Amino acid sequence: MHSNKYVFLYTLVLTTVVAVVLAFLATSLKPLHVKNEALSKKKDILSAVDAKFADADDDEIENTFSKVKQFVLDAEGNILKNKNSVGKEIQAEDLDMKKEEKKAEADRSYPLYVYNHNGQDLYIVSARGNGLWDKIWGSFALKDDFRTIAGVTFDHAGETPGLGAEIKDNTDFKKQFIGDKIYNDANGEYLVVKKGGQRDFNKDYEVDAISGATVTCDGVTDMIASGMTPYFAYFKKK
Amino acid sequence: MADTAVQEKNTAVKVSEPLFGKKERTLITDPLNDNNPVTVQVLGICSALAVTTLVVPSFVMAIAVVFVCAFANLTISLLRNSMPKQVRMIVQLVVIAFLVTVVELVLKAFSFTVYKQLSVFIGLIITNCIVMGRLEAFAMANKPWRSFLDGIGNGLGYGGILIIVAAIREVFGKGTFAGFKLIGPTPDYLIDTVSAGWGSTFFGWYANNGLMVLPAAALFVIGVMIWIQRSWNTKLVDVS
Repeated sequence: MHSNKYVFLYTLVLTTVVAVVLAFLATSLKPLHVKNEALSKKKDILSAVDAKFADADDDEIENTFSKVKQFVLDAEGNILKNKNSVGKEIQAEDLDMKKEEKKAEADRSYPLYVYNHNGQDLYIVSARGNGLWDKIWGSFALKDDFRTIAGVTFDHAGETPGLGAEIKDNTDFKKQFIGDKIYNDANGEYLVVKKGGQRDFNKDYEVDAISGATVTCDGVTDMIASGMTPYFAYFKKK
Repeated sequence: MADTAVQEKNTAVKVSEPLFGKKERTLITDPLNDNNPVTVQVLGICSALAVTTLVVPSFVMAIAVVFVCAFANLTISLLRNSMPKQVRMIVQLVVIAFLVTVVELVLKAFSFTVYKQLSVFIGLIITNCIVMGRLEAFAMANKPWRSFLDGIGNGLGYGGILIIVAAIREVFGKGTFAGFKLIGPTPDYLIDTVSAGWGSTFFGWYANNGLMVLPAAALFVIGVMIWIQRSWNTKLVDVS
C-alpha cells in the first residue's frame, strides 16, 4: 500500500501531464480544425445546389464559393449591414448559427446565399432544428419563384448512423425534395416529411420519411416551418 | 489468466523474451477466436449494437479501438509498478480518456469527413468495457511489449466482429455494402428489384429488411454468430 501523500502526488502529476499534452495538442491543431469547419460549411452550402460539390476538392470549393453573393437578413427579412469589432462588414459565412439560435427570435440574423447557376439565380436558405439526439440543420436551394426546391443538404451533430443520420447520407431521401415546393400558397403551410402510409404521392408539399428515423424526420418538418419566416418576408419585398 | 501470471513470475529471472515468439503470437490470435472479446467474453456489446449499421464507420471505429486498446495497455503496463493500487481504476480511466481525446483531435484535424461520420461514437470508446477489461486483466500484470500486443489482438478481435455484423446488417437492411448499392428498388442498384429486367424477374420478391437497421438486429446477429462459433469450436462449450 502506498501512502496517501504518494497517491495525491501521483494523481496530481498524472493529471497535470495529461492536461498539458492535451492542451498543447488542441491549440496546435486549432487552425486546422477551424479551417476544416469553415470549408465544410461552404461545402454544405454548395452541395445544396449540386451534389457534385460534396466530393469536390478544397480549391474548387473556395473558388466557387468566392462567386456566391451573401446577405445577412434580420427576423423581418431586411438586409443587415452590421460591422464586427474590427470594422469589417459581417458576411453570411461569418454567422455562427449555433450562437444565433441562442438569441431571442427577433434578434437573430439569418444567412442568405445567392448562387448563379447557368444564368439562373438560386437562393440558398438555411434552417436549424432538433433531431433525436442533438441539433440538425440544412440548406435549401430555391429557384427564383422562391417556392421550387432545386436541391437540399442536411447535416446533424449526433444522429444515429443508418437511421437519423440518413437525412445527410441518403441521396434518395434528398432527391425527393428536388422539384417540390417548400411553401404551399393554397393553405399557407410549409413542406412536411411524412411516413409512407400517410403520404399523398401526388402532392408537391410532402416528402417520404426514413423508416426508423421518425423523430429526426419530424425535426426536419419543424425546422422548415420555423426557420423559413424571415426568408419569406424578404422574398415578399423583392 | 492464472497460469499466465505464474509463468510470468518464473521467467522473471531475466530470460530475454523473443519479439515474436509463440506466446506473443497467441496474444494476437487468441482474441480473434478462442478468446474473442465480443462473442466469448461478451464485452463491448453496447457499442457493437450502436455502430454496426454501416460498414465504413464500423471500420474506422475498429481502427480507433485497436489504437486506444494497444496504447492504453502499453501505458498502463509501463506505469503498473509505480501506480498506487488505491487509485488504479481512475488512472486507467484518465489514460483511456486521454487517448480517445487524442484520436478525436487528430481525426478532426486530418480526416474531417470521417470525424463527422463517427461523431458521437469516438467518445463512446472511453466507456468500451473491452479496453478497461484488458487493462485490469492483462496490462496490470504483464510487461509492456506483451501488453501492447494483447491490446492489438483484442482490438482486432472486437473490430473483426464489428465489421462482420455491420456487413450483414448493411447488406440485408439497406441493400448496400460500404456505400456500394447492391440490391434495391431503384435503377441505380446493381440488382434492381422493381423495373423490368432480370433483377425483377429473379428478385422481384425481395425487399430490404428494415428491422436489420435497428439495434435489436445486431443483438440476434451476434447471438447467431456465438452459436455458429460454439458449434464449430467445441473447446468453448461448457460441459458442466
